[in-house]
Parts: sequence; structure tokens; C-alpha cells
Amino acid sequence: MDLENQKRVKDLTEEYGPENVVVLLGAAEGEASGIAAETVTAGDPTYAGPLTGVSLGLVVYHVCEDEVKEEFDPDVYDEQVSMMEMVLDIDEIAEEMQAIREEYTKY
Amino acid sequence: MKGAGYILVHTPDMITHYGTTQTSERIVNPESEYLKNIEANLRPYERVRAYYPNQTYIGNITPLELKEIEGPWQDLECPVDERYGKYGEIMPQDEFYLLIQAVDEFELVFLEKSFVEATKPKLEQDPIITPYVLGRIKEGVESERIDDMVASEDAEGLYMGDKLVGAVKKAHAFDPNLSAHVMVENLVSKASSALALMYAVKNAGIDRDEVEYTIECSEEACGDMNQRGGGNFAKGIAEIAELSRSTGSDVRGFCAAPAHAVLVAAGLVKAGIFKTVAVVAGGSTAKLGMNGKDHVKKGLPILEDVLGGFAVIISENDGVNPELNTDVVGWHSVGTGSAPQNVIASLTTDALDKVGLKVTDVDYYSPEMQNPDITKPAGAGDVPTANLKMIGALAVRRGDIDRKELNAFVEKHGLPGYAPTQGHIPSGVPFMGHARDGILSGEMNRVMIVGKGSLFLGRMTNLFDGVSFLMEPNSGPKEEAAGVSTDEIRRIIAQSLRDFASGLVEAGE
Repeated sequence: MDLENQKRVKDLTEEYGPENVVVLLGAAEGEASGIAAETVTAGDPTYAGPLTGVSLGLVVYHVCEDEVKEEFDPDVYDEQVSMMEMVLDIDEIAEEMQAIREEYTKY
Repeated sequence: MKGAGYILVHTPDMITHYGTTQTSERIVNPESEYLKNIEANLRPYERVRAYYPNQTYIGNITPLELKEIEGPWQDLECPVDERYGKYGEIMPQDEFYLLIQAVDEFELVFLEKSFVEATKPKLEQDPIITPYVLGRIKEGVESERIDDMVASEDAEGLYMGDKLVGAVKKAHAFDPNLSAHVMVENLVSKASSALALMYAVKNAGIDRDEVEYTIECSEEACGDMNQRGGGNFAKGIAEIAELSRSTGSDVRGFCAAPAHAVLVAAGLVKAGIFKTVAVVAGGSTAKLGMNGKDHVKKGLPILEDVLGGFAVIISENDGVNPELNTDVVGWHSVGTGSAPQNVIASLTTDALDKVGLKVTDVDYYSPEMQNPDITKPAGAGDVPTANLKMIGALAVRRGDIDRKELNAFVEKHGLPGYAPTQGHIPSGVPFMGHARDGILSGEMNRVMIVGKGSLFLGRMTNLFDGVSFLMEPNSGPKEEAAGVSTDEIRRIIAQSLRDFASGLVEAGE
């Protein structure tokens, strides 16, 4: 995850409390989603950014997961995300996200 | 479009010293395993030459031929392993160090004497290197002098393996914009640009004096503390390429800059301001080994071991070469937003709709042409294919194709990525040379070049950016003055004079 984004997640978590933060990802495939999810839960696996060694344990979803899709106005979702649904391997992404949440999410 | 030049430079020892992934690691984690393992994971020059994507970039293999070779390609041996290609070459590091000195106007680059003696005869064999360039290379200095510069004068080293063979001095006592590190980045960009430009001029079959304007479109900035991005790399590059009648300027726009620059060039030519314009960009040392950690972790060699450069020549319609159709230009506007469908529509269908073309009317799309060997192990996927899927998905939403035809669309209209991940270098333009050939041979009819850029990296806006344009076969020489030729004008004037004269005669009678 981009170092600047790591800093923003860290700052927002400090400001609002980890139980009040949900991170929503839009990465293009499973592995990248997994790395980003791991970064905001267990800590930066690449040891490069501000979340190195910081286990925030945040709730994290990919925008294409069913749990998130249900929260959207269907028209907005159709306009903003539906095309990418056709393009992405949603099952692979969902599987990766589920595994990270089960292992590291604390809230 | 009259011609193109595409060059690569194999720079294994610049990865460690100038690639930001490595320089950052040295600051954050100096004892890291990765830094210790870099050397063992570098590819020798011969392997870099016998690499399918590199041979495609310099034009010895077409992207359509590469499409038939199943990747990943890094373990395969390309049957063509030439240094020189249809569009340019793959230059080795040692010769490139001499070229860096040749483009230095301020006596900042010093090379070791025996290194110059051993390397200059090799560079002299390169047919594109002119006597002017060779004449700018100095005899060299003693190795102790180089050691001193690096040890105690804040100079940056140029290495061949462990051996220090050159140094680049800072250009100001304390201005960070003229530090030795920045000077290396800028001189490398300039040298690789100049090489690409010389090839483009030669390949276009024009005289150097025909180029009237040069547009440089890399992602570097040159200037001092009072004008950090003062610019005009373009004119300095044109000077090295001996384009004595050319002026120029720089266009910036992150990775999208080359596509913007080609549009500007086409506009200048179409407006009649300049007859021939060159667009050029060189390579980036910062991006060397950018995904090296992922590559090494997965047991791969460090694949980002080359600098890339390109140049294209845009000139007034010659009745033969492919045209850039300025009626079919797409752009991501401030109001387009960031939803993928809006982004893709702004760059493809919004442009095609203007002339009533469907998504399927374009033979090939050349979006971000990053080599998937590099991006996939780094978790970024196959970028050109992902782009094609998005274009296909948009076609499905518009009803141009059926959902079931999506994969077939991607297969038919897509191209494999073969460009090094040098930011602006992969951005649509690597295919322009191949597209020109394909259109001239009749193999292709319409090709869309798409450039995209991540503006948020500069922290001035969160906006994304992109522009696109269409390449088409030549529509035939245009008639002068909107359909009225010079002869026709003469005839009309002559007739008017005759009428006037006979009027006078009649009045006299």
C-alpha cells in the first residue's frame, strides 16, 4: 500500500478509534487486495511504510464483495462499479479478503 | 506519422545506486537481505538481449508475434538476440556511460581513462553514433581522481560491477535541484532521449534540418532552486541530435505525457505552424528495480534492468504515412470523475462516438503497455489485458458486443505488454512504430493509442488523467486551400482579368 495512504489510515484511526474505521479497497486483483488488507490489519508486510509493525486490526472489505455491494444504492453501484465487476476475478478477491479478516481483524 | 525510434539501455549497476526502491531500502533497512541479494539476481546483457519483450520493443519481433508466445517470457530464450533492431537498439551500460558524458555541457561527468580507452572503440561501431557525439567524449582521468570526487566531493559514482569507472559531480554548492543525484537522473534522461531521437530521424528518412520543433515528454524536471522545473530538455536533446533548425519545449503529465505530446505535435502540424515535429522521451533511473523486492522474493531476476526511450516524428501529410485522426481524440476531463467506466468511456467511446465508430471498429488498442512479466509478480496484474477487459466490458454495457464475446474481444483487439515499467515509456506510444508498419502494410486499419497518468503522485490534485487518439491509413494527399488548387486560383484570376479587359474595350467602344 502506498506510504501516503498508510499514513492517512493510521492518522484517521488515531482520530476516530479503530472500532469506528472501515477500510474499503478497490485493488484490481486478489494478491494486491490481500497485501493492502494485511497492511491495515496485521501491519505493512513490505516493511516500508508507517504501518510497519503496527497491527491496527481494522475492518476491511473490497468494494466488490457482496457485503459491501448490499450497502450501496444499486444505481450508484451500477454507475461506479458494475463495469469492473465484469473485469475482476471477484471470487479470488473475496476469498483473499475473507482469509485476512478471519486472521487479523479485531473489530 | 513518419517514423519512430525505440531504444533500451541495459543498466544493471544503476539499479542499486539510483533505483528508488534500492536507495530507499538503504536508508530504511541498510542490512536487508534484499540489498545483499541484488547482485545475484541481475541479468547479464546477453539475457537482456535474448528477452522477447525487449526484442519486441526495438522492433525485431512484432507484438502480434509476441502474442503467440505464451508467457511468462523471462525463462524463455528469444531466438532473436540482436543488439540492433528495426527501430533502435539495446545499448550496454559501458557504452551508455560514454553517451552520458557526451550529452554533458557543464563538465560534470568524469570517466576513468582506461575505461574510456576500452569502451570508446565499441561505441564507435554503433552506426547511429555521430562524429559530433564521439567528439564530445573526453580522454578520461586517473582513477584516484574519480575516487576522490565520490569520497569527498558529493559526486555520484558510475559503476561497472564493483568497479568505480566514473563520477558525476554536483552542479551547485548546495542547491538540491542541481545535486549530483539529480544531475545523474537528468543526464541519463537526456542521453537516452537523444539516442531515441537520432533513430527516429533516421527511420523517418528525413533530413535533420526538417525538424522544426521538438517536444520532450519524460517525467524528470530540470532547473535550479529558483525554477525547479524550468525545463526544455527538448532543446538540449535536439542539440545533441544536431537538429539545428529545431526549437522545442517540454510537455509534462506523468505517464500520460507522451500521448499529450503527440497530440500537441499533431496540432502544431495541422495548424501549419511547424511542418515537422519530433516527440521524444528518455529513461528513468529512479524506476530501475522498482518492483525488485517482489521479483527477488519470487525467485525471479530483477526484470526492471533497462532504461527505455522513444521518439516519433509527426509531419504534414505526405500522402503515404498513417495519419493521426484529430477528429477522434479522447480525454479524461476534470469532470469525468474516477469511476472506471467513466474513465474508459472518456478515453475510448466518447472519442469514437464523434465519428460514429463502434468499439469493435478499432483493430487494436494500445493502452498501458507494461510488460506483465514485471507487473504480475508485483501484484499489479496484466495491465494491458486489464485495460482491454475494461474496454470490452464497456462495449458490453453499450450493447456493442454480447457478454459472452468479452474474452474473444480481448483476444482479438488486445496486445501483449512488452514495455519496461518506466512510467511514461509504456503509456500507449510503444505501439506507434509497429502500428505505422501494420497500417502501411494493410495489416491494420485503425489503432487507438491511449495514455493514462496518475496525477495524484504530485500531490497537487487527486485527479486521474488520460488522452487518446486514433491512427489510420493515409486518406490521400489533401487538396490545397480547401479544395481549390493554385492552378485553379490562377485560372479564376486570369478569367476575371479577361472579363475586366473586355469590359474596358466595350466601354471604349
